[in-house]
Amino acid sequence: MKTQLPLETQVDQNGRYGRFGGRFVPETLMYALNELESAFREAIADPAFHEELRTLLEEYSGRPTPLTYAQRLTEYVGGARLFLKREDLNHTGAHKINNTLGQALLAKRMGKKKLIAETGAGQHGVASATVAALLGMECKVFMGEEDVRRQQLNVFRMELLGAEVVPVRSGTRTLKDATSEAIRHWVTHVEDTFYMIGSVVGPHPYPEMVRTFQRVIGDEARAQFLYREHRLPDHVVACVGGGSNAIGMFAAFLADRDVQLHGVEAAGHGLSTGRHAATLSKGKPGVLHGSFSYLLQDEHGQVIPAHSISAGLDYPGVGPEHAHLKESGRVRYTSVTDEEALDAVRLLCRTEGILPALESAHAVAEAVRLARTLPREQTVLICLSGRGDKDVETIRAEEAKRR
Amino acid sequence: MTVIEQALRKPSEVRLIPFLVAGDPDPETTLDLLRLLDEEGVAVVELGVPYSDPLADGPVIQEAATRALSHGMNLSRVLALAKTAREQGVRVPLVLFSYVNPLIQMGFDRFAKTAREAGIDGVIVPDLPVEENEALRTACADHGLDAIPLVAPTSRERVRMIAGQAQGFVYCVSSLGTTGVRDGFSRDVDAFLEEVRRVSPVPTAIGFGISRPEHVRRFSRHADAVVVGSALVRLIGERREALQNPAKREQALAEIRAFVRELKTE
Repeated sequence: MKTQLPLETQVDQNGRYGRFGGRFVPETLMYALNELESAFREAIADPAFHEELRTLLEEYSGRPTPLTYAQRLTEYVGGARLFLKREDLNHTGAHKINNTLGQALLAKRMGKKKLIAETGAGQHGVASATVAALLGMECKVFMGEEDVRRQQLNVFRMELLGAEVVPVRSGTRTLKDATSEAIRHWVTHVEDTFYMIGSVVGPHPYPEMVRTFQRVIGDEARAQFLYREHRLPDHVVACVGGGSNAIGMFAAFLADRDVQLHGVEAAGHGLSTGRHAATLSKGKPGVLHGSFSYLLQDEHGQVIPAHSISAGLDYPGVGPEHAHLKESGRVRYTSVTDEEALDAVRLLCRTEGILPALESAHAVAEAVRLARTLPREQTVLICLSGRGDKDVETIRAEEAKRR
Repeated sequence: MTVIEQALRKPSEVRLIPFLVAGDPDPETTLDLLRLLDEEGVAVVELGVPYSDPLADGPVIQEAATRALSHGMNLSRVLALAKTAREQGVRVPLVLFSYVNPLIQMGFDRFAKTAREAGIDGVIVPDLPVEENEALRTACADHGLDAIPLVAPTSRERVRMIAGQAQGFVYCVSSLGTTGVRDGFSRDVDAFLEEVRRVSPVPTAIGFGISRPEHVRRFSRHADAVVVGSALVRLIGERREALQNPAKREQALAEIRAFVRELKTE
């Protein structure tokens, strides 16, 4: 199957999706963002770039990833038929590799040899360290001290791959602060360093660029679904932290008005507890990490910490295109608690023999909830964004608490 | 000519712009420091609004902001603090340094109006480049507040455009990186400053990393004013226990005064 990067997006020349997006960064970075935008536009107009990226996606990452009909899960749920887009089968275990391959090739084109990245759960960090090794580049990964503790295995993987993991001790010591620290490092080393952002967040052109590199998920899934079922899915469900796997999936279906799209945020301990990461449900528009979008914040505009059992969803912001898709009504955003996500992990393990990442389990939980209300003729496509090997310790600790 | 421009055009070898994080270590001390700086005849004072995610700041100012936030400081309180300082007779022009999100939440128009009424003369927003600042500039213009832009050594062909819409002064970032003390500065910075000066209709100030009297003297040759932030904030941070102890407070304030005097020595 051909993986093609389409040029079409909804973003305007100022990097705005409706009223969201833009560039809210220190002046020191503006030249670099303009330079990046030009390099990105040239690259995606260049067939040689597409060819190089396609080859890596196929021969290195293992694309296309399969579409799996979840028969036993469907029988257990007893409603609409459920399908999984298997991003968990990518090299390094998640969709993150699609984007890092794209950005690292772009960095190479621009003559940059130093890569930096931020990571929460470690999936983007591992993917960044991996492509850095593959292309012979230096790599520094910023990670909150709390996440370093929670995701020790991924820290070790990154170091094994030759990357330097920089623990961030400021603020909440999680992804938010790792991102702030990565931006501060970039401000200092902007002339020779390429910042690989891991989600559809950050200043323009990052949300558009990451979307472009992640759209392969949706394009493949759409074609695979049509081939198998001779029609489009009725519902598509994906989890949303920053929102890159969801945008990658949704992008291919936005024009298909009959396909209902569902983004699932982390409700943590519950939306009413204040301990959640449901930015679109509970946040307000504001600026975080260079972009105007929804944001968890207090009345004075100070960012408030997010909480999720899944380190990858534990982020108080969200990509600006999601903010726009929420306000335009094209996508329905909902949320799933830590408990519900853990139940979904167990359910998918027992019915399909697939251990999902805690992030992806949020999408599974919502898809199951949805499928129960729907007739058998309907179909639900789930973006299974990553595998759960990295979360085994967290899941085991939670199981122990329950007993 | 605005009061900020007037202050930066007054004949003097050294025009100093000290930076304070409002509310660090506590609002009362900030008021004392504002009076002290006014008495010392600094050109302008930059008052920093503490923020949870200060992308342009290094660890010294970030930690000071965290301390101030933990005492409940916020934009409204910073503006109230400025108003109190004016009522106590502080005359020096005041510039607010704030990240954009607190201003968005207050609303640009309400912010500009409240700030002006509180005696604020200008505003610097480090994460609002010219492409995004039109709404804030309009609000500032409506209420007589200077919108002061930043230029960086990486701004290149953007310098003319940025300087072209500057009010009050153009804030020149000395080198790549966040705020914080630097050991040395590239030779290129002098040429950069002269270039900004050539195209700017308003005075220029240089900041980021300037900590010692010799830096101040050196840069006073190429810019109309010199901002000293982290070095002063660090000194205040180091003295915070003394500043909050009635028996040691006067001594700590005297040390800070001596530091400012030394910076200002021509």
